[in-house]
Order: sequence, then C-alpha cells, then structure tokens
Amino acid sequence: MENQVLIETRRLKKYFPVPAGFLHAVDDVNLTINKGETLGIVGESGCGKSTLGRVILRLHEATSGDVLYDGMDINNFSADEMRYMRQNMQIIFQDPYASLNPRMTIGQIIEEPLKLHKIFKSADERRARVEELMELVGLPMRSYNQYPHEFDGGRRQRVVIARALSINPQFIVCDEPVSALDVSVQAQILNLLMELQKKMQLTYMFISHDLSVVKHISTNIGVMYLGQLIEKASKNDIFSQPLHPYTIALLSAIPSTNVLAKSKKIILKGEINSPINPKVGCRFATRCPFATEKCTSENPVFTEAMPGHFVACHRWKEVADGTLAFDV
Amino acid sequence: MENNTVLEVKNLHVHYVTSDSAAKAVNGIDFEIKEGEALGLVGETGAGKTTTALAVMQLIPDPPGMIVDGEIYFEGNNVIYNTDKENQAMRGNGISMIFQDPMTALNPIMTVGDQLSEVVLTHEKLSKAEAKKRVIELLEVVGVKSDRYDDYPHQFSGGQKQRVVIAMSLLCNPKLLIADEPTTALDVTIQAQVLEIINNLREKYKMAMILITHDLGVVAETCDKVAIMYAGQIVEAGTVREVYLHPRHPYTRGLFDSIPKLDDDSSELIPIEGAISNAADLPSGCYFHPRCRYCQDICRKEAPAQQGGEHQFMCHFDLFKEEAE
Repeated sequence: MENQVLIETRRLKKYFPVPAGFLHAVDDVNLTINKGETLGIVGESGCGKSTLGRVILRLHEATSGDVLYDGMDINNFSADEMRYMRQNMQIIFQDPYASLNPRMTIGQIIEEPLKLHKIFKSADERRARVEELMELVGLPMRSYNQYPHEFDGGRRQRVVIARALSINPQFIVCDEPVSALDVSVQAQILNLLMELQKKMQLTYMFISHDLSVVKHISTNIGVMYLGQLIEKASKNDIFSQPLHPYTIALLSAIPSTNVLAKSKKIILKGEINSPINPKVGCRFATRCPFATEKCTSENPVFTEAMPGHFVACHRWKEVADGTLAFDV
Repeated sequence: MENNTVLEVKNLHVHYVTSDSAAKAVNGIDFEIKEGEALGLVGETGAGKTTTALAVMQLIPDPPGMIVDGEIYFEGNNVIYNTDKENQAMRGNGISMIFQDPMTALNPIMTVGDQLSEVVLTHEKLSKAEAKKRVIELLEVVGVKSDRYDDYPHQFSGGQKQRVVIAMSLLCNPKLLIADEPTTALDVTIQAQVLEIINNLREKYKMAMILITHDLGVVAETCDKVAIMYAGQIVEAGTVREVYLHPRHPYTRGLFDSIPKLDDDSSELIPIEGAISNAADLPSGCYFHPRCRYCQDICRKEAPAQQGGEHQFMCHFDLFKEEAE
C-alpha cells in the first residue's frame, strides 16, 4: 500500500474556446496522488482547480495529455468502460443546495447510484445498504423519507457524501465541500471526511481556496496559479519552506486569529494576467516583485527542487537560500 | 452619553412577521461604538448580523420586518423616529454601508464615474465638475486609476469593483462605515489588499466601523472590539485581545475549536454539534443550550443574563474563569 500511485496526470491540458481565443484552464499539469492520501489543491478563483478535478474524472474531456488511474489511461476508455470505471471515482460538489434533486427523498437519492450501477438485485438489499450508509455519515433513520429542503447545509452535505460512497469508490474529488457551510458545521464535515478516509482507505483530491482547511486535511498540497501547478510538496514543506513567491504571498495573506503574533502581510501589486492566450513566460511575473527579463521570456519548468518538493520558478534557489525575500 | 459615542444601540429587537410565524432575528442587543473605533460583529448564517446593520441604516424591509423594541442613537439622535427624509440625509452622509457582493451593489448600465458622481450630487450642492474631481480623488485613494472613470462595472475585476464600492461609501465622509462581509467574495491575496485600504482610510478619516463577518481572522486583523452573535443575541463582547485569548462563552470557545489553526498542527477539530436554531422557533432558556456541551437544567429553563464588565458574556456560569486569571 505504501506510496502506491493511484492517480497520475501527464501534461494534462484543458483549453476552452472563447471568442478571444483559448482559455487555458488547465495547462500542462503533472501530478500524482498516492493511495489513501489526500492531495489538497489550493488557488484563487479562476485558477483552474475545479476544472482539473473534472478533467481527472473525465467529466470534461482533456484537450491533451493523459490521466492514469491505477496505471490505466482512462482518456482512451469507451463510454461503457468509463461507466464501469466511475464506480471507483466520485465527486462531492460545493453547493449542497444545488446538488440534490428537490423532488427525491433522501433514501431515493442515496439509492440511485446503486440502481444505476446495478449493484444489488433486490430492493431489500439496496434498502439495507442505504441504511448502512446513513448510519455511516451520521444521518438519523427517520430522515429516509424526508426531502432535501427539510435539511440544513451540513446535513445535506452528509447526504451528498453518503451518495458518493454508496458504490464503494476508491477515489473522491472533493470540490470545495465545506465552503458553503458555517465554521461550526464545517468542522463536523471535515471530521467525517477524515474518519471515512481512515475507515475505507479512500483517496481524496481536496479542492479549496481555504488554506487552513486544506492544511488540516491534506497529506500533500499543490498550489495552482492561472491553470498551472506552480508548487507541490508535503503540507509541512509547503508551509515551512514555500519556494514559489506566489505561495509565500498567499500564505502571508491568510488572516490569522493569533492576536499575540501579528504578522505583516505581503501586499501584491500589479495586475493579474489573463488566462486567455497567455503569453510566454511565468504567469505570475506581472505581480512578482522578483521578476527578471528571463521570467517574462521563458516558461519556468516544474522541477523537483528538493526531494518530493516541486516548484515552477526560475529563481527558486535564491528564494530557498534567502537571497530573495519580500519587503514588508 | 459621552460626546465621542457615534452609535449606541439599546435593547434592539427585530422580527420578521408573516401570517403564520414570526422569525425573531434580533433579540435584545446592546452595543456602542466610539469615534474611530472598529467593532467586529461575528456569527454564523442566521445569527442576525446583517439584520442589525440594516436596522441601524433604517433599511429593514417592512413588511415583513419590524423593529419591535429598542433604541438606536446615531450622534445622540434616535433614528427610529426619523422621517424618510432624515434617513436619506443620514445614509451616505452619516452612515454608509458596503455590501458583500460588489457586482450587485453597482448599476451595470451606468459608468462607474457617473454612479459615483450621482452620490455626491445627491448629498451635496456641488457642480458636476467638482463632483467629478472629488470622485477621481477618492478612486485614486483606493487604488483605481482615474482613466477608468468612464468604464462600466463589468469591465472591472472583483477586487477592483470592491474598491469602487468602498470609494462610493466614503464619498461624503461618513462618521460610521458598516461593512457587511466586504471581502468574503474575494480571493485571499486580494482580500489582504482591500483590508489594507480599509484600515488606512479608517485611520486617515477617523471613521468608526462595524465589520460584519464570519471570519475570526479578518476581525483579528482589522478590529479593536468584537461582539459574537448567536440567534440574535450578543453572547460575548469585549476587546479582540481579551475575547480571543480568554473566550468565556461556550459558543465562542466552540467557534475557536472548530476552525483549523495554521500554526498548530496537532489540534483536532472539535465541532459544535447540531445547527443554529430556527429563528421562528427558538428554544426555551438559553438559546444556545441544545448545542452546548455544558448544558445544565437551569439553561433549559431560564434565559441567562449578561455578566462581566468590559468583557461581557451571556451565560449562567463562568466556566472558564480560572483560565482567564
């Protein structure tokens, strides 16, 4: 089990045609996710993190590049093969208000994937499985015949999780699963996801803009900026020794509840580049205080700077040895 | 009342009444803000934060909303008895508000310059050219270039739009700024920029501020005082430092325990079980008792009173007293 790769992407790209050209939503992403681990993906709105999750599940077709699931290239699968594969991979969406059919009962919602994938023959077996799942995610049995509108956000998200787990997937993309919830309820759902991971050896890709949540749940963290993965490392390395200037600025910008140690924030200047037909060079260069001519003329390569620590920056060495430091 | 108190709210109750129920959104809150002070109003969805702000602005939608009890003094004047005309003069000039979503706060078919000038021309007797000059000055203060005066809102990014909205709220030098989740729709690096602008402007114009948010981190970065709201009540209030270091109400404790800390890896999240009560069907006794891990018999029967002085909290017990000393 140790360090067995479950998901691998190779030069994965997804471009969307727009009137002005192509929007590079996911651009040349190489990453691996090991079995039983959580890869957290952070980045700001529009950086392509949700698209990346969807392309990995083939909910969007990739423009080019490969997605390997347990060594199998799923981009070449036929529709039937893909339907079969989907039993292994599920997604949990952000908005628990929009992802449940308001006209189905909780029981019917959780049962539906079991019917679709023809997992059990009899209705009794399905019912038993639904009840087992409801218990697993902490839903009371009396809610079997209730409708989604009777539930608050936290309980709805439990229904969504039960539905995703119904067919025993190995891999779940969690796309901002707690962003719509209040903090007290958010903690309930985070604890549930971590408990289920332990119990069922699940592998997660956890997409969020909230760095403290990602730090709490992840094994490794990837940082995205305008469609590209710019840094990836274990969560401790990302937080203790970030190598990309954007990661450093991002970490500094998180509002802290620590009133004793107030840190000065790094305030980025400059305009954000457009992801439509991006120019050659580092996409962060317009906001980076350390940008040189090379940064605007040459694409930085995503390289392994330190064991297990990848970064795409021309000047990471100077960042690492402290020659370059933000002026705050 | 001292002269430097800008706003004082006493025993405010706001209900939303429909034919078959009454949602008790705000249930007896008291607070005051002095000149130049920033108060963070923190709470979950449905805690009554925005309703409180709307009551101060005299913008509660009526029907169904009603201020059923209480007093709101702005510069010594009880605004509840204001006429519509007096309210209009107060809004913008005396108190102004920044809303959460900058897109819906701007008119999509008017240029940014025109809608900002309109604010100035409504409140002050100035010529169009003078108004334009004022607008451009303020746009530059918040970091929007003057050549964007004739652009439409859709041509701005989210962070730029929020800057425009901030500029708009400051055009008439208000004494009090109410910012309702001003950075919730923004990314963290942009949030840091916007908070810095708000902090600088507050210092420059000596403005008092109510910052409404669910993010305890944002309050720690910007406010002097904090009030924690739950089910339409202020359950704990004090200086940010006191409340953050020694929370005395079980709900405040619960909030801190349920957020992941960046500088503390080991800590496990301890959620608050259950969900906030329906405002139309509030529990007996202490409104927090169904979710409270320290709940006793008295909590189910009797509503607790405020205790403490500068750092006040609403609980039958003083559970964390020793820790605080």
